[in-house]
This record gives sequence, structure tokens and C-alpha cells, in this order.
Amino acid sequence: MKVTLTVWRQPGPTATGKFETYEVDEVSEDMSFLELFDVLNDRLVGKGEEPVAFDHDCREGICGSCSMMINGRPHGPELGTATCQLHMRKFQDGAKITVEPWRAAAFPIVRDLVVDRSAFDRIVESGGYITAPTGSAPDGNLILIPKAVADSAMDAAQCIGCGACVAACPNGAANLFTAAKIMHLNLLPQGQPERWERVTNMVQTMERYFGSCTNHGECQTACPKEISIDFIALMNRDYIKAQFKQRRLASQRG
Amino acid sequence: MALDAKIPAGPIAHKWDNHKFDVKLVNPANKRRFKVIVVGTGLAGASAAASLAELGYQVEVHTFHDSPRRAHSIAAQGGINAAKNYRNDDDSVHRLFYDTVKGGDYRAREANVYRLAQVSVDIIDQCVAQGVPFAREYGGLLDNRSFGGAQVSRTFYARGQTGQQLLLGAYQALANQIQLGNVKLHNRSEMLDLVVKDGVAVGIVARNLMTGAITSHSAHAVVLATGGYGNVFYLSTNAKASNVTAAWRAHKRGAYMANPCFTQIHPTCIPASDEFQSKLTLMSESLRNDGRIWVPKEFGDERPPGQIPEEDRDYYLERRYPAFGNLVPRDVASRASKREVDAGRGVGPLKNGVYLDFADAIDRLGRHVIEERYGNLFQMYERITGEDPYVVPMRIYPAVHYTMGGLWVDYNLMSNVPGLYVLGEANFSDHGANRLGASALMQGLADGYFVLPATIGDYLAPQLGSQPVTTDDPVFAETQRSVEDTISRFLSIRGTRSVDWFHRELGKIVWDNCGMARSTESLEKAIAEIPALREEFWNDVRILGEGDTLNQSLEKAGRVADFLEFGELMCRDALHREESCGGHFRVEHQTEDGEALRNDDDFAYVAAWEYTGDHASPALHKEQLEFENVHLAQRSYK
Repeated sequence: MKVTLTVWRQPGPTATGKFETYEVDEVSEDMSFLELFDVLNDRLVGKGEEPVAFDHDCREGICGSCSMMINGRPHGPELGTATCQLHMRKFQDGAKITVEPWRAAAFPIVRDLVVDRSAFDRIVESGGYITAPTGSAPDGNLILIPKAVADSAMDAAQCIGCGACVAACPNGAANLFTAAKIMHLNLLPQGQPERWERVTNMVQTMERYFGSCTNHGECQTACPKEISIDFIALMNRDYIKAQFKQRRLASQRG
Repeated sequence: MALDAKIPAGPIAHKWDNHKFDVKLVNPANKRRFKVIVVGTGLAGASAAASLAELGYQVEVHTFHDSPRRAHSIAAQGGINAAKNYRNDDDSVHRLFYDTVKGGDYRAREANVYRLAQVSVDIIDQCVAQGVPFAREYGGLLDNRSFGGAQVSRTFYARGQTGQQLLLGAYQALANQIQLGNVKLHNRSEMLDLVVKDGVAVGIVARNLMTGAITSHSAHAVVLATGGYGNVFYLSTNAKASNVTAAWRAHKRGAYMANPCFTQIHPTCIPASDEFQSKLTLMSESLRNDGRIWVPKEFGDERPPGQIPEEDRDYYLERRYPAFGNLVPRDVASRASKREVDAGRGVGPLKNGVYLDFADAIDRLGRHVIEERYGNLFQMYERITGEDPYVVPMRIYPAVHYTMGGLWVDYNLMSNVPGLYVLGEANFSDHGANRLGASALMQGLADGYFVLPATIGDYLAPQLGSQPVTTDDPVFAETQRSVEDTISRFLSIRGTRSVDWFHRELGKIVWDNCGMARSTESLEKAIAEIPALREEFWNDVRILGEGDTLNQSLEKAGRVADFLEFGELMCRDALHREESCGGHFRVEHQTEDGEALRNDDDFAYVAAWEYTGDHASPALHKEQLEFENVHLAQRSYK
């Protein structure tokens, strides 16, 4: 196969960027999209040009490092697929492909296709955990969790933190990511003691960095793990409820 | 130097409890006076950092990822072992201990393994409390499945994403401690050297990958949890950035590297499809619970698998190992696949695989059950190969997956360099010559949650009142200068070939000569070829750009340069070990039916190599392994 790549090149965070076009031939259809970039980079180095910087690591769709806008869509055309698992057999011979970094104000560009997603870590740090110091846990089977609840928590927990949801959102909102993180824990019995504080703090941190959700639903379509926007509804429910919860008043039910 | 493993006295079942009572303690109010650097945020690093911070130590964490959550532990699929005996199938701490020592082909240290089995049960409890969504039965209790090398079901799992969920648990605990101010996180910060003063580890030198800034960090103790070195083979199931650099630089500063030739080749990976392949993808071992492995009996049978009748198929694992069948340990399964493919019975376009077939399981259990158990793995397979494994059997072949060798540590997980601790895959301690499935997650979390927090006090307590060596000390300036010199040297070569080219060449040398089958001849060939390639690298590598920006070629160059040195040591270790055991298979040493033949009289020891300044003559130190509780025997899975 042969493809024409138009790639965003930007030497540093404050430098001006621009699109460059590269013809790549002898592309195998069994190549992954990142392997296409490996080949492009090898050839660029051969010509004495600096390779394209891009984030990647596990290359099996779980670490959440890879992050390319491919023809305007985060992770490209395939549903439920991260860039690293997208294969060239999904493209036509002669395809013209535009590749950009994540588009989101909260993810500043570091270089070329690499962005800084630390804002996600700030959201988790503000409450995305269950306080359970090592050594203090009871036997695992003392906490009964109905299968349906465990399954639903797992549906949320499988978020890989790639940021495709934010990149897809016209508002640059991080509601799907935040909802997945919150609801994984808020659905579980172990997550109940910190439930209301968690949702309050995490939503507020989210709003400090990201845009607001207006229910476009683009995030769900872009998510490589196909996480449902139902979790956003659940998060909103918990967030509103939390405003009425005064945990310090023991007479109020939680 | 004599290697003292510091194994506590007493019966094996009491060693850990006795030891915890005997170690010196730091009182809760004094813990904040001690600073510990943790490098790496996988299961071992994140759990250690969070647990040490909970205890009150000041912790500084370095990860070269953008977020601690991206460490490669995240990719572990199948599960985590624990001796809970929730299945009523006669599991026990002793059985997990026994299975692990046997599975490791009797090259692990008994006391460490026993402790691992003991704390395994606490790990599950800890993870459940953190909110790890393990699979559940309909009644709400924890579910289990079986894994290779065991005849009980003791593996806990979260779909096919157990590593992800466990790592998120540890990462969340770490995030909590960051929020509380007990942990200082340095992300995109790569450790490039260990700072050693008067033989004691006092800090690290790291490079900020975004800005290129090189900085010194000092502490009372340094903890390496930097993973394994599988990427020395270039093609492996490891993440692209996984590397040996932190461990290797510590080795060059005095830490011994133990059993580097013990590498694990995982039997169920997707075979390579073309020469551009950048990494191999694992298909979880859990698939062997329901999948049956076979090849056509006839050479060159070109029929599609569905048209090959039962009588023309060879379910070779079930035939050769009736007791364990498809669930034999990884090294045994891998060699058996290699034997079939080498004999010309391989399947697929490149004839480089064997079938892993789910047709029987789908008939027996229904498609929905298989979908629930392995849905995400099947999907992943479909994405990569374009074939639907519900209809056509998967094609699999062994690939490098895990490394049992690593920096030598004593019972406290401290290396021979005082103040330097090594955790998880980066150390050598628990898996001997072969790791059982679902035991890597167990070991990483055991080391981080329970072992290091209990043992580090013993080293720190006597230092109460002393400040760590400051970064103003000349030793830091000196170490920093050597790191800067190396970087300038990389950038000044301006040769003709890319870093990846050298990495791929190295991978071919070690895979062909020090892979699934090794011989004196092949190893000597590798030992001759690697130094030549290394020299070529230092003369002809092309690294463009500068050192003061994000420069991914420069990052890779440092890692590949270390692999080029490490690979030679790995081959030398493999050459010196004149026996076959676990993942180390020397063709000269095998039984009549092709099984690994150990030599317990001469090689029941840990080979710990000291860096002497000359790659051709590392110094060998031996730690003799004593087997008092497990009887040394030829492994049999028949």
C-alpha cells in the first residue's frame, strides 16, 4: 500500500507548528498505525530529518499512551479501537490521512503529536481513590458484591485514561473520563464512605481544567473502551445528591 | 564479596513472622525524618511508594511515563494468584509455595517464595478494599480460575484486564498520598544513574524527558521497581519503552546482576506477521483453560483448520502431558510449540504458529460464556489479525514475555549495595528459572505492599538523626557529569543508522542464539557478535535533534546502549550455566524425550555477576540454594 500522511509538526510547547506532508510507500496492511509511524520515522532519520514525536508504549490498547487525531477523529475510524490497534488494512491504498495531536486546551502540546495530559492525574488525586491504608483490609469475601454491580463497576473501571473523550468533545470536556473514574468507585460498597466527597471534589477539579458537557455524546463514540455516557448521568445524579448530603449530621441517611 | 541472603533462621512457616519481630523499627513520629526515592510506578513501585508514604516516610517517585498509571503492569491480562482456598480444592500457602518452587525448576530461594505465598492472601484483601473490581460469583463472592502449572483454581481476575485494575488500585493509593503531600511525583523523569558514595546508595540522577534537564536527587534509600529486560530481544510482549537502564546503571555502580539468562518465553502470543512488526502481543494464558492447542498431523496440510478432521489433528500437549494437558507451565508449552513448528507442522501464512482452538468450549459452554470470560482478548486478536477467533482457531506462537533474572537482592529485598532496594520484576528473587502464570502481579504487589514496608526500617533505623548526603556533594556532580557526557556523546556521533536498526539487530542476535534453545556454539557466536554491534552503534548511530527538548531517539539510544552491554552478560550467563532449567534450555542438556535436564550438583546456585569494568570478564559470585522443604526432583507434568 501507499499512503499520504499530513502530520502536525511542532518543535516545542511554545513554537509555531505546521502541517507537513509525507508520502509513505511499501506499507503492509498488517502494520499497525503506529508501525506506519515507525517506518516513516526510520525513513525521516535516514534523510536527516527529525522523527515525529508521538506517545505510545504497550501497543496493545491498554496503557492509554497513544493519542492521535486521525482524519479528525481520536484514534481514527474504527470504533472501540485505540491508535495502536488500528491496522492499515482498515485504510484504502492511496489514502490521504491527516494526523494531529489531541485537540484540547487542557492538553497542551509538548512536541509534534505529544500532549501533556497531567490534568487527568489532578482529577484522580482530588478523590479518585478509596482510602484503605495497606494492612487494614478485611478478608476479601467479607464484602459481598453482587455480580451485576461488580460488572458495572468494571465497565467504568476499564477506562485507559487516553483522553480521546476530551479530544472528541466540541467543548473539550472531560466528563466521560471523570464519570468513569468516579462511578467505578461510587458503585461499589467499598466506595460508599467517601462517595459524596469524591464526586464533589473530582467534579470541581475537572471543571477547573476542562470545558463543560453539553451532551453531544461524541466522547462515547471516540472511547476505545466504549464506555457509556450513562456514567455521566450517574455522576451528575451523585453530584446533585452530594449537595444535599451533610455527612457530619449523623441523623441524615446516606 | 560473600553473598549473604540474610535468610532468617527457624522453620520456613515462621521465618517471616520471626523476621518481622526481629527487624529494627522506626517509630511513627520519626518516619518523616527519612526520605526514600522510588523509581518506577508499576505494581511494585506504586504499591511501595503508597505504602511507605502511608507509614509516614517522605517519598519521592520517578516515572518516565506521563502518568504513573501507564507502567507496563497495566498490560497484564490473566490474573493474580493467592492461596485463599476459596474453591475448597485443597489449596494452601504450602501448596502455592511448592508449586512456585517446582514451577521455577528449583532455582528460586525457598524462604522468599514461602513469604510470597503467605502474603498472597493479604494482597487480595488489600485490593478488594481499594475497590479493584475482581470477578464475582452470582452470590457476590470472589470468583477464581485456573492457570498453568497448578492443579487448583487460585487465580483472581478482573476480566482480561487484571493488571490494569490492580495497577489502578495502586495508582489511586499513590494519588491519595500525592494529594496528602506525602509523595512528590516526578513524571516523565527517567533515572539515568545511581549515585553511590562510599559503597552506599545515596540518590539518583534523572533526566526530565520534556525539557532535557538533568537533575540530582538524594535520599536515605533508593528503591528500583523498574521492571524487566525482555526488550533486549527487541520483539517481545513488553511495552516499547520497557528497558534495563535503571538496573544496568545500578549494576555498573556495583549492584550484582543475578541469573540474567532466566528469561520467559510465553507460549501464547500472536505470531509475527511481517518485518515491520514492532512488538508482539500476548494472548493471556487463561485462554488455555478453554482453548485446545493443536497442529495438523500431516506436514504441509494446507486445508483450513475447520476442514481438518479430529483424526488428522495432533493435540500434542494433551497427548504428551495428560495430567496437566494444555495447562503445563509456560516453558514446557513453549518448547513443545517450537518443536512442532521446527518440525514443519506450523500453521498460518508464515508457518510460524500453532492453533489455539475454542470450538469445543463454545460447543460445550455456549458462545456467551466464552465471550464473558475472554471477550476483550478475542476482540484484541481480531483487531490485530483480522480473523474472528469465534469462527477460526487462533494462531499462537511463543514470545519473550518476562524475565526472572534481575538485580540480586537479599531476603529484605536489598541489593548488595547498601541502601539500594530492588522490587518486582527488576529483582531476581522469587520465580527461579520459570515464572508461573498470574505470579508476577502477586510478586510485584507482595514486594511493594508488604515486604519492603516491613524490611526498610531495619536499614533506616540506625541512621536516625543523619541527613541524607546532599546533592551538593561532589559525588552528585561527578555522576551528573558522566550522564551529561554520555548524552553529548550520543548527539555528536551523527552516524548513518537509526537507533531502532541497532535494537532490531541486537534482538535478532539474542533471539537466534539465546532464545528458546541455546548451545555453546550459539552463545559463543552471540558473545562475538554483540561487542561488534556495540562498537558499530557507538560509531554509526544517528540521533538527530538536541538534548534540551523532548527527544525520543535520544531516550531510546540510552536504553539500546545499555541493552547492547546487558545482552552480552545475558549470553555469558547462559553459557556458564551448563544445565537446562525452566526457561533456560541448553540443547546439550536434555532428557531422551526432550525435557530440560537440570544439574543440581553443580548449578543449584544463583549466579550473581559483578561488573568489573570489562564486559568480557564479569566476576561471578554464587549464592548456594538450599532446599529443605521441597524435594529436588525432575519436574513432571505427565
